[in-house]
Amino acid sequence: MKLELTKEENEMLEGKQGKATRKAMEIITTLGEIYGAEKLIPVSSVQIAGVSYHNLGEAGLEFLSEMAEDGRTRVLTTLNPAGMDMEEWKKHGISEDFALDQQRVVDTFEKMGVITTCTCTPYLIGNLPHYGEHIAWAESSAVCFSNSVIGALTNREGGPSALASALTGRTAEYGLHLPENRIAEVKYEIDTDLTETDDFGLLGHVIGGRTGRMIPYITGIRHATMEQLKSFSASVATYGGVAMFHIEGITPNRTTIPERTEVITREDLNKARATLDDEMAIIDFISVGCPHASIKEIAEIAQMLDGKQVTEGKTVWITTAKPTKDLAIKMGYYDKIERAGAFLVADACCAVAPLEGRFTGLMTDSAKACFYARGKNKFKTEIRTVAECIKEALS
Amino acid sequence: MQGRKIFKGKVVGEALVTGEDISFYGGCDPETGEIVEKGHHLEGKSVSGKILVFPTGKGSTVGSYVLYALKKAEKAPLAIVNRTTDPVVAVGCIISEIPAVDQIDISRLETGQRVEVDANNGVVSIVE
Repeated sequence: MKLELTKEENEMLEGKQGKATRKAMEIITTLGEIYGAEKLIPVSSVQIAGVSYHNLGEAGLEFLSEMAEDGRTRVLTTLNPAGMDMEEWKKHGISEDFALDQQRVVDTFEKMGVITTCTCTPYLIGNLPHYGEHIAWAESSAVCFSNSVIGALTNREGGPSALASALTGRTAEYGLHLPENRIAEVKYEIDTDLTETDDFGLLGHVIGGRTGRMIPYITGIRHATMEQLKSFSASVATYGGVAMFHIEGITPNRTTIPERTEVITREDLNKARATLDDEMAIIDFISVGCPHASIKEIAEIAQMLDGKQVTEGKTVWITTAKPTKDLAIKMGYYDKIERAGAFLVADACCAVAPLEGRFTGLMTDSAKACFYARGKNKFKTEIRTVAECIKEALS
Repeated sequence: MQGRKIFKGKVVGEALVTGEDISFYGGCDPETGEIVEKGHHLEGKSVSGKILVFPTGKGSTVGSYVLYALKKAEKAPLAIVNRTTDPVVAVGCIISEIPAVDQIDISRLETGQRVEVDANNGVVSIVE
C-alpha cells in the first residue's frame, strides 16, 4: 500500500505552504513510507526534544533557525528541558557563553510559536491530551507516560520529527497509533511491595532490561501515585526500548493478557540497585526531579529541608517546570528550599545541563538520572529514596 | 540494484562500505566526518565525500543533527546506501539533503568501487 495524501497535505509537500512546512512534510511522509503507513493523521499535541544547547550544538541550532524563518506551529507544542534555568542560571554555576547560546535556542522555538516552558513533564503544566487522542511526542519518559497512563497515542519521536508534526499538525499512521500494536506481549508479576519513587525506578530498570521493545503487562501493583508512574515511565524507557506498558487495575488501555509470565521479586530490585550503586561513590551532588518534580514532591522536600542547612561541599538541585516553580514560590516552598542552601531549578535537569567535571558523585531517586549521570557526565551514582537523598544532603 | 528512495538526488562517487551499524551521535566527529566509535570497523576513516554504505543506523536521535552539521561543514557523505534506513539517518538525510537509498543488498558493494546512486529512482549501480 502506498502512502495517500490529502489535497492539503500534498500542497504542504509541494512547498505551497512555505519552505519549513515542506521540509517538515518531507520528514513525516518519508517516515510514513519507511514504516508502511497508508495515511497521515492529525495530531493535537506535540512535545519537542533536543532543546539543550549542550546536545544540539551549533548545527542543530542552525537547522532550527532555518525552520523558524517561515515555520509556525499548528498545534499545542511544548519543549523539553533546556541546559539551564532560563532565569536563575547564573547562581547555578552556568557560564555566560552557554547561557547566551541556550537563550538563542529557546528564542528560535518561541519564534515558531512553541510554548517555551522547558519540561519533560508537559502533562503537568497544561499539555495534557486525553485518552485515545493522537499526539506526537519526543522525550521517551513522557511518551511512555502518555501511551500508558494517559492513554493518548504516540510513537517515540525524535527532535526533528516532533518539530515536523508541530509545523504540519500531522504524523504518519503507524506503530503505536494503531490499536493492534498496543497489545501487551509479556506479563510480569510483581511479588514485592513498592513504596517509593526509587522502587518504581528500579522496577523500570528490571522490566526495561528484560522486555527490550516488547510491551509489558504488569500485575501485583496495588497502588501507584502519579509521581511513581512518572518515575517508572522514565526508567523503563531508558533501560529498554519500551514506549508503552500496562499495569493491571491502574492504566486505562484495553489489552489481552499475555500467557508468558515472569515473576519479579525484591531480590531482582536489589540486584538492579546494586548495578546503579557505584562502590566508592563520593556524593557531592544530590538531584531530585527526573522527571521534573511535581508540586506535591516539592512540598514534601521543602518540609524536609525547612530550617536545616545543606552540608558544605554538597550541591542540591530539585528540578521542575517553571510554572511549578512559580507555584512553589507562591506557597513558600521555594524559600524553605533555598534558605537551606538547596536550589529549586526550573527548566533544566541534571541529565541535560552542562555539568561534566563539576561533580564526582550523584545521589538521586531516579534510575534514569543515574544512566545519564554516568554516560554523559562520568559521575558515580547511588539511587535512594527522596528522604534518603535529602538526609545525605544534610549530613 | 533496485531499492527505495529515502531522499532524492543523483551522484557518482567512491564507496566506503561497512557491515557494522553506525551511530552518528557520539560515533562520528561532526566537524571532520571521521568515525570515532572505539573498535568500529571504520574507526579513523572519514565518511566525507564518500558513498557511505552500511546496514542501518543506531543510537540517539541527536544523530540527525550530526549529519546536518557534516553538511554545513562540507564534510557530509556524498550519498548514503543502507540495507534498512532507520528514522535517525532518514531524518538526517532529509534535513541535510543527502541522497539516500535503502533496501539494497549491500554485501554486493565493496570499498573503493565507483558507485552511482540515483536516489530519484532508488537505483544503485556499480560504475566499474
